[in-house]
Amino acid sequence: MTRFAMLFSCLLAFLATAASADTVAITNARIHTMGKSGDVTGTILVHNGWIAAIGPRVRVPANATVIDAKGGAVTPGFFAVGTNIGAVEVDLVQETNDNATSNSGLSAAFNIAYGIDANSIVIPVARLGGVTRALVTPSYGDGDGRELLFAGQAAVITLADGADPVTRARAAQVLELGAGGAARAGGARGSAITALRADLDDVRWYARRRGAYNTGGTRELRFTKADLDALIPVVRGRMPLIVGVHRAGDILEVLKLARAYRLKIVLSGAEEGWMVASDIARDRVPVLLNPTANLPSSFEARGSTMENAARLHAAGVTIAFANGDGGHRAREGRYNAGNAVAHGLPHKAALAALTVNPARIFGETKVGTLDRGKQADIVVWTGDPLEPSSQPIAILIKGAIQPMTSRAEELAKRYRNLGTPLPPAYKN
Amino acid sequence: MTVRFAAACLAAALFVSGCATTAAEAPGPTRPKLDPKADANPFPSTYKPFSGQPTAFVGATIFTGTGEKLDNATLLIKDGKIEAVGTNVTVPAGYTVIDAKGKYLTPGIIDSHSHLGVYAQPGGPALSDGNEATSPNTAEVWAEHSIWPQDEGFHAVRRGGVTSMLILPGSANLFGGRSVTLKNVPSTTMQGMKFPGAPYGLKMACGENPKRVYGSNNQPPATRMGNVAGYRKAWLDASKYAQKWQGYYASEGKGEVPDRDLKLDTLAGVLDGEILVQNHCYRADEMAIMIDIAKEFGYKISAFHHGSEAYKVADLLAKEGICVATWAGWWGFKMESIDGIEANAALVHAAGGCAVIHSDDAILSQRLNQEAAAALAAGRRLGLNITEAEAIKWITANPARMMGIADKTGSLETGKMADVVLWSANPFSIYAKTDKVFVDGALIYDRSNPQYQPKSDFMVGAPKGGE
Repeated sequence: MTRFAMLFSCLLAFLATAASADTVAITNARIHTMGKSGDVTGTILVHNGWIAAIGPRVRVPANATVIDAKGGAVTPGFFAVGTNIGAVEVDLVQETNDNATSNSGLSAAFNIAYGIDANSIVIPVARLGGVTRALVTPSYGDGDGRELLFAGQAAVITLADGADPVTRARAAQVLELGAGGAARAGGARGSAITALRADLDDVRWYARRRGAYNTGGTRELRFTKADLDALIPVVRGRMPLIVGVHRAGDILEVLKLARAYRLKIVLSGAEEGWMVASDIARDRVPVLLNPTANLPSSFEARGSTMENAARLHAAGVTIAFANGDGGHRAREGRYNAGNAVAHGLPHKAALAALTVNPARIFGETKVGTLDRGKQADIVVWTGDPLEPSSQPIAILIKGAIQPMTSRAEELAKRYRNLGTPLPPAYKN
Repeated sequence: MTVRFAAACLAAALFVSGCATTAAEAPGPTRPKLDPKADANPFPSTYKPFSGQPTAFVGATIFTGTGEKLDNATLLIKDGKIEAVGTNVTVPAGYTVIDAKGKYLTPGIIDSHSHLGVYAQPGGPALSDGNEATSPNTAEVWAEHSIWPQDEGFHAVRRGGVTSMLILPGSANLFGGRSVTLKNVPSTTMQGMKFPGAPYGLKMACGENPKRVYGSNNQPPATRMGNVAGYRKAWLDASKYAQKWQGYYASEGKGEVPDRDLKLDTLAGVLDGEILVQNHCYRADEMAIMIDIAKEFGYKISAFHHGSEAYKVADLLAKEGICVATWAGWWGFKMESIDGIEANAALVHAAGGCAVIHSDDAILSQRLNQEAAAALAAGRRLGLNITEAEAIKWITANPARMMGIADKTGSLETGKMADVVLWSANPFSIYAKTDKVFVDGALIYDRSNPQYQPKSDFMVGAPKGGE
């Protein structure tokens, strides 16, 4: 039996009794708090879901459940962005897809929060990759004659076992510009931006005349009432607007638009972001990016490079990591972060892009760091969390110790030994 | 003039000129194009190794691809071949010496499932040339005729250490066509990349794709049983065809020349054992059926590709000697991949089978070493005791085996092609990068030398992003 397997079995036995502990102490840990406390070697104490103490000499109460990190790394749980966790179970099984609508009367108002499945088999798989929170973002359900610019409203979820996943609905609005946005607006960027400006003007106008609108006393507006209502927090600069965009020039256009309309935007994709990094930094606009997107996969991404993350960070841009795949491969976020490090991003900045940065971008200030007083989303690793050889040995979400298995892990165990007297159907 | 009318005129013109040519030739077996065996290689490789020099890598940790790990070892390459490898190798005079202390050497990485060139960057319908989705059996098409050598993906995966690739048609069809094996060297023509002496492959596909593509068009196959009927009918036709030609060859040119059929040429090539079956198949139960079909018609399956459920029949696959090319992290994108697990390759390996980590993707193909690392970690989590020296075979020796080129490349053994990657660190680490890549003993990529960082024509004039 390898050290891994031993550790794993011990942990399973231990978890059976410890899952409901109120006080948990993680000892002998190299803690990357990602917050004010910096890096700490010692103990982190969790009480009733919150971080109660952290430091080299924390007294461990007698009733505490103790997890010995054995010198391993401890990080905040990862906050994955650009996901469809819980909203898509199997991509090509349409009935399990709740991440997009082709309803031609609904755009910005689409609310993904209603379709998140607490029992999704994707959740535990992502969790074993260290993901404890996620932003679940709508995609476009393009259909014939459906030329609507906005994809809808994203939700923040917890990946805690047995929890109601949605902790905040309507956490952000999603918009794609560039070639994709142009295609939806009649085939050219000039029509997409023009239509968008007209729509934003409509929303501003509507926001001041809702009373009149309800009695039929206003001019005609392109959007439905539901869409208009959904966009009010966007035009007021309160709700982040995630803008999918790739080409450097398109990024500049979006920055211009955001300044003109005082929008709180977040760029997504931004493969050519490094070319206009100082502009992005100047406007304090954060970027969600996949650090491995280095191919000229379209004409608008010819400047793609593995060094995008490092260059944006060096220019002072706040970055967070998104995967290419929405949910099933969210566990690979840590490997993407490792690749960004291999291409020039400081290790600490890569951890920040998995934890504190996405949490802050979307206003989730209770998570993302391991400072005292924060919610206890904690992952204990056997080694460097960005290495495939490292494994999580314990995961806490809001202080609750999580099961260290998934349907996929259970299948692996089911077929671990073939040729048993009874078929695998009789196992776990 | 309408397009259709123009096409009709063109066809008529071709027909007339075709008739004229045929009439001018002598009848019978002296017309070689009518005999599949007489001209089995009409698009021959023009690849010539780039010039290299005798080179010694000294002080490296070497994963040989044969299951061994050598510390502080030396590798000699000369005349395009591996000359020596070991811990007691002396460097002869006149060799370029590369100090490889603290670095790692592996065989060139081999991606056994690539669509580079047939689905080239920057994508879109203009470059979508991988699926001849016009009929469930298009065994007559060859992936090499779709390859665009200017796909920037070739250069990107070379930076990830990939020196050989199996380029496959897509999986829309029961029989998708012939695959081709390429050396990952920059070339203006496909023939300039073609791996000399590599056997052809035939892409077959199980399951959801064929039945979805054709069934949704109210055309067979619409079900998995329709898929199987389609395979069997084709193999029957191919058997008859092969028999006709055997009869003709036995008649020593006296019998009637059978009509040549490009589709059946490929299938008959499989029955002859000259073309290797590369079978896209996710589910365990379908793999078992495909094995029975192969036995019914007397051919062999070289590998199941994707094989998300291979771990459920790992013993059967080991017994049949069929490789499994799969991922660690990909699962759940379709119903037949819902049971995909990270430990799939490790379980296949542990059962004594031939495990392969493949990409099917131009991004992943740049980091097959990391995918293998994730697969290995998953195996160890399950308690499987597999060394890194063994796991490196998943992306070197084992793909070479399933592609029929294991006698030429895939391991650092004396006499094999000097396809070598020098890594900055242990390739199972996320931080490892390729320092230098060699193909047939010639340096083809060097991270520290801008002279050896090729790019495609498409990238000329594009923003200079770097790798």
